[in-house]
Amino acid sequence: MKSKTSLPLAYRFAVTSRVLAAVIGGYLMASLASICLALWLPTARADAVITGMMSSFVFYLLAVLWCFACRSAARAWLGVMLPSALFATLAGVGFWMTRT
Amino acid sequence: MREGFRQAMAWLHTWAGLIFGWLLFAIFLTGTLAYFKEEISHWMQPEVQTHPVDDVRSLNVAQQYLQANAPTAARWFINLPDAREPGLSVMWQDKVDPGQRGNFMRKTLDPVSGLAVQARESMGGEFFYRFHFQLQMPYPWGRWLSTLAAMVMFVALITGIITHKKIFKDFFTFRPRKGQRSWLDGHNAVGVLVLPFHLMITYSSLVIFMSMVMPAPILAAYGNDTQAFFSDVFPATDNAPALGQPGRLLPLASMYQQARAQWAGGHVERVAVNNPSDVNASVNVFRAGSDSVVHDFGSTVSFSGTTGELLRVSGEPSLPAVVGGSFYGLHMGRFAGPVLRWLYFICGLAGTAMIGTGLVIWLGKRQLKHAKAHVMPFELRLVEVLNIASMSGLLIAIAAFFWANRLLPVSFAERSGWEVQTFFIAWGLSLLHASVRRGRRGWVEQLSVAALLFMAIPVINALTTSHHLGVALASGDWAMAGFDLTCLACGVFFAWAARKMQRRGVPAPKAERARPLTLKREAH
Repeated sequence: MKSKTSLPLAYRFAVTSRVLAAVIGGYLMASLASICLALWLPTARADAVITGMMSSFVFYLLAVLWCFACRSAARAWLGVMLPSALFATLAGVGFWMTRT
Repeated sequence: MREGFRQAMAWLHTWAGLIFGWLLFAIFLTGTLAYFKEEISHWMQPEVQTHPVDDVRSLNVAQQYLQANAPTAARWFINLPDAREPGLSVMWQDKVDPGQRGNFMRKTLDPVSGLAVQARESMGGEFFYRFHFQLQMPYPWGRWLSTLAAMVMFVALITGIITHKKIFKDFFTFRPRKGQRSWLDGHNAVGVLVLPFHLMITYSSLVIFMSMVMPAPILAAYGNDTQAFFSDVFPATDNAPALGQPGRLLPLASMYQQARAQWAGGHVERVAVNNPSDVNASVNVFRAGSDSVVHDFGSTVSFSGTTGELLRVSGEPSLPAVVGGSFYGLHMGRFAGPVLRWLYFICGLAGTAMIGTGLVIWLGKRQLKHAKAHVMPFELRLVEVLNIASMSGLLIAIAAFFWANRLLPVSFAERSGWEVQTFFIAWGLSLLHASVRRGRRGWVEQLSVAALLFMAIPVINALTTSHHLGVALASGDWAMAGFDLTCLACGVFFAWAARKMQRRGVPAPKAERARPLTLKREAH
């Protein structure tokens, strides 16, 4: 690995962007995924919540790995935000169904 | 960023490991010590008398004490002594307005005399246990930071596994006395050897604080009534409110007997009494965590305090609760007997060593490039200073903590706080020392100091108390003797490490010139 001082500014921004995508975007995705499990699993409510919380860290891990494995920072954000949107939709439907 | 999946993962492993490595080293080492927290407390409070365990007697003593000292409390907690923890601990919470939490008071009693234990004030092993997840920070920041560190550890573990494709082949390659190579081999070997432990300990630490760090599903499923979730999971928290009429609490011992009968002889760890002076008093008897690997938070038998009627026996936990409880139970290791406890301790040390070797490798690789120049770039120097202070400095701080316990006067009022202060002052001094000494010399000096401090611990123990090694061995007090012997062994090991460091320092220029060639091939 090159010494950090020789790296261009654009590279540093890209790394910062990926870190933010991983930490914040990843947490968002993990939260939404666990909400989906909590609302959709056909078990008792408390059990579904526990399962959701327990497995959320695997989603977080996968999001972090993706953010650093993909080809660009933009893809990192895309790869985190698309599943997040999907989970959010599913969670919204689930939420609406429990309320009505 | 680099091409290739494996390279990207190696990059992530390297940088995540570096940035959180120092903190993780401290978390792992203090957590490892916490497996022996009762034994450490025993050494640090040698005045505490040990008695043969007799739960009924302890329970009666506790009830009398609380009846006399806290009759109007909102809640009593009685933690029964066991073979490892000789003190009978009672806790009570003041009565306050609803919606507010009353202050907790805590006393440790002698289970025979019923008087508060007269021992030197000390946090004992509890200090390491608390530091391990609270990091001496105000609630809840320390817990958040340590859980964040656990998540980074999880990422570092998985990326580490991905990076080392030839995981089992690498495991059988150890090339000693090859400098940088040996460090890497050691890092891999120790990482793979106790990999199941690493994965278990890391994931379980996330699970332990999951309702704090991942509250979204609770909020989504229960709305604002999060208390309902905890009532579902821990039914014992759902108790009848006080009626406001005075009532007389029956002896707790008979409820204790009934609860044990319900569990086919299982052990009782804690008895909680809600509204002890009210006609609606309720008693929850909690099963001991050391009874099984799967920690069952909800394993309780509930009674009415005034009629003695059995109100509720918690059912079998559901599958998710069993999985969560297994993570908790495996992490805490409270079920472990002496052999398994030592295994936990060794695995914890292996994890600590894995983190430490990783930090050394990071620096070693980059230092090679600047071997000829006399001045190191600032960031490398910073890493070097932090490496020394976070590793050998922490060892010195731990030794200083034990020294303070023996050297501060027993009657000194603030001694418990000062023991902790000594820990942090020693750590701070080692940081200062590391920042003014050149790398290898800093290591050698600090390791030597740590070696001396640890080797001297059995000596100070003999000089300041009547519990020296000879007495402890003769009386079969294995916790006391084991502590002294372990300190001695640690001291010898640090002395060996310091010597090794010093020796390697001498022929370094020649060896280091030859190394860059071999390193390039495996650099990632």
